[in-house]
Amino acid sequence: MSTTKKIAVGTLAAALGVTTLTACGGGSDKASDSGTGSKTVTLVSHDSFNASPAVLKEFTKRTGYTVKVLKSGDAGEAVNKAILTKGAPQGDVFFGVDNTLLSRALDNGLFEPYEAKGLDRVPDTVRLDKDKHRVTPVDTGEICVNYDKKYFADKKLAPPQTFDDLAKPAYKDLLVVENPERSSPGLGFLLGTAAKYGDDGWQDYWKKLKANGVKVVDSWELAYNQEFSGSAGGRKAKGDRPLVVSYASSPPVEVLYSEPQPAEAPTGVSTGTCFQQTEFAGLLTGAKNAEGGKALIDFLIGKTFQEDMPLQMFVNPVVKDAKLPELFTKHGAEVAEPYTVAPEKIAEKRDGWIQTWSSLVLK
Amino acid sequence: MVLARPEVATRRRAALRAGALRAGLMALPVAFFAVFFALPVAAIVGRGLRTEDGAWQAGRLVDVLGRPDIAGVLWFTTWQALASTALTLLVALPGAYVLARFDFPGKALLRAVVTVPFVLPTVVVGTAFLALLGRGGLLDEMWGVRLDTTVWAVLLAHVFFNYAVVVRTVGGLWAQLDPRQEEAARVLGASRLGAWRRVTLPALAPAVAAAALMVFLFTYTSFGIVQILGGPAYRTLEAEIYRQTAQLLDLRAAAVLTLVQFAAVGAILAVHARTVRRRETALKLVDPRSTARRPRGPGQWALLGGVLLTVLLLLLLPLGVLVERSFDGGLGYYRALQHVDAGGGTFLVPPVEAIGNSLEYAAAATAIAVLVGGLAAAALTRRAGRLVRGFDALLMLPLGVSAVTVGFGFLITLDEPPLDLRSSWLLVPLAQALVGVPFVVRTMLPVLRAVDARLREAAAVLGASPWRVWREVDLPLVGRALAVAAGFAFAVSLGEFGATVFIARPDNPTLPVAVARLLGRPGELNYGQAMALSTILMVVCAVALLLLERIRADRSGEL
Repeated sequence: MSTTKKIAVGTLAAALGVTTLTACGGGSDKASDSGTGSKTVTLVSHDSFNASPAVLKEFTKRTGYTVKVLKSGDAGEAVNKAILTKGAPQGDVFFGVDNTLLSRALDNGLFEPYEAKGLDRVPDTVRLDKDKHRVTPVDTGEICVNYDKKYFADKKLAPPQTFDDLAKPAYKDLLVVENPERSSPGLGFLLGTAAKYGDDGWQDYWKKLKANGVKVVDSWELAYNQEFSGSAGGRKAKGDRPLVVSYASSPPVEVLYSEPQPAEAPTGVSTGTCFQQTEFAGLLTGAKNAEGGKALIDFLIGKTFQEDMPLQMFVNPVVKDAKLPELFTKHGAEVAEPYTVAPEKIAEKRDGWIQTWSSLVLK
Repeated sequence: MVLARPEVATRRRAALRAGALRAGLMALPVAFFAVFFALPVAAIVGRGLRTEDGAWQAGRLVDVLGRPDIAGVLWFTTWQALASTALTLLVALPGAYVLARFDFPGKALLRAVVTVPFVLPTVVVGTAFLALLGRGGLLDEMWGVRLDTTVWAVLLAHVFFNYAVVVRTVGGLWAQLDPRQEEAARVLGASRLGAWRRVTLPALAPAVAAAALMVFLFTYTSFGIVQILGGPAYRTLEAEIYRQTAQLLDLRAAAVLTLVQFAAVGAILAVHARTVRRRETALKLVDPRSTARRPRGPGQWALLGGVLLTVLLLLLLPLGVLVERSFDGGLGYYRALQHVDAGGGTFLVPPVEAIGNSLEYAAAATAIAVLVGGLAAAALTRRAGRLVRGFDALLMLPLGVSAVTVGFGFLITLDEPPLDLRSSWLLVPLAQALVGVPFVVRTMLPVLRAVDARLREAAAVLGASPWRVWREVDLPLVGRALAVAAGFAFAVSLGEFGATVFIARPDNPTLPVAVARLLGRPGELNYGQAMALSTILMVVCAVALLLLERIRADRSGEL
């Protein structure tokens, strides 16, 4: 009797022990940073955020703060989560709100004003909140049509360069785009056409694109890795669309992730089809470590971080004194005049445009 | 009268004590579900249905449901779930029969293999099916057939996922039906079909219904598969809830849709609970080992061959394509997993560490699920009123409620001490346990209920306390079921993707999250690493399930 009792007690203890053990085992390195003590500063961002560990260490060395990164879904989702948790934010600084989402974030009072040190090195054109300093521009990137160089060389056809080109019969059934409702490159491309053809003209342009056989898929992953014939994934999947909506930085990335690295990028950029995206960072309202947050924002537009960014997130630095890595200067495209739309206008028109687009193109 | 009085008092005391015991057992599961499920879901739904000043807006329900696009979503969700369920039954019932009645070498392996798909994350399965049915996939290469962005790809993937549900639920019971009953009917002059129809079918029907309802539930709430394989034209209720919440932040529409989903899932679960109860009563079951025998005659061999071929084509081929692609660069992709990516890190740690993270998380989730689910099952075993039976169905709700609803609910409820868990690693196993608990309960409950009540009564009459009765009667009988339950919770936690993706941190991603992140980046190396990690995940799940087959109790519940 006493032995069964012992066994029972032992079992119970073991069960509890397992729970606590796993708690400790898993937690030793994970739980320690849950405190929001003054030495940790928490950066909330989207899934595409990346930085070299060495660069984050450099920040700690300079300021004494350790950075904890929380990735919070894709860009739209991350902003929406930040809005939902307003007042009890998940962190101190939010990075990754772009010009298509900026108005929504600002209207919801997501950020506290802070004028970052070194802001004078950032060109005026991207400082979209320059009166109030609620957000600080950190990087820019362009959403552009990419083309498969080999396809066009084989066909002895010049790759398209402008929006107009894409609607020409020579490029029939060649383009794949993302659904703007679900994908941010898709939205950027739609906004680019609206900037180019105007509030009333873009619908006609999309009718032409549709007649010219544009294909729509749900995500960038599907478009780029399955349908596009120029990417490594697409070649493997026997993608047959030599034109895809992606980023101006995609060709250097394609080179970077090939083994062995080719001398020339297999893809190129149609520079007349680009929409400019600018990403901002801001100090979250109600941040527990506002001082650390400010230091982090300063660091984000500092030279070290800015020069690390291109190979981590495949975007362009925003400060004038940051140098681009060779990979970018060699394989990347220079986009002289990307299209853009003011954030307030995007906020106002976006939902209506997407709806119009859906009934025009998907149905 | 005078004599009887103390007896009445004793009985009342005993009843009180049993009630208190039940309440004690229920306390933890109830608290767990209240804090980590009911509260977050209620909070996010409440936000959507109230105006700024806090007044409820019932009219919003009608507004949203009246929209034509929403009606389309509801229609598609329902019919694809019905079609998936029918197709799954059609394909899997022969498999259930073969695994129940035939004895052949490698049977345990086959049982484990067919269960692997069920615990795989949708992002892996979606990728595997794209590699098979999509552009440049195997079918495309051989016959130029492509099924991606068609509803067929979605239906096939749903069969792939849910094959095991039918095989295990129906097959488990089939194996325990005494074949002699059917034989007796034959002897008494019934035709083969007649005997089957009058004897086996009625006994089996509740299990088939229960399996069908579970498949319907899983496919009704399908998200990732439809997203990846269906393309922009197809949208389920679950996908729409995600879109409204995460992308559009239209909490009003999301709340209304969540309520619709709740109503549908609640109805399914209520019917399911009824069929399960019917099944537990009045069936004389035998040891499955005594009913299985070698196939005899060409017909039976052909049936076995047909089932094996189905498993090969439908379950193993997609997984095989994935494995094949992971070895495209020799072992290169596997080697790459061991390094923090030099060019631009997708993670702050080498992807291979995701395996360790996943195992740790899954172990913690299993401990929580077994504790919570075990207590709930123990409480539900006791002769219970309607209220408790309702709780049984309630425990299944997390399987049918959108992960985005729960995830966003976490964000707005668990934000204050002592429950500021939003940035804690503990949130991941807690979310995984939410999905694991139903499996623990479903595995344990039938076994616990099958324990002969007279054994307990005898022990009680002999003076044992309820605790001792449980310890000395129930525990020895259910030890194996407990192990199986733990194993299932572990495997399910490993593959859980929905809620985890909302909360996993970049410095310790889980395997499914790591796969999704790798697929989200351009370049061959990332794609290859995603394939390699998927393969590793598959192997880990298969090993866990194979171990389960070894310890599987003879009557270990429905799964």
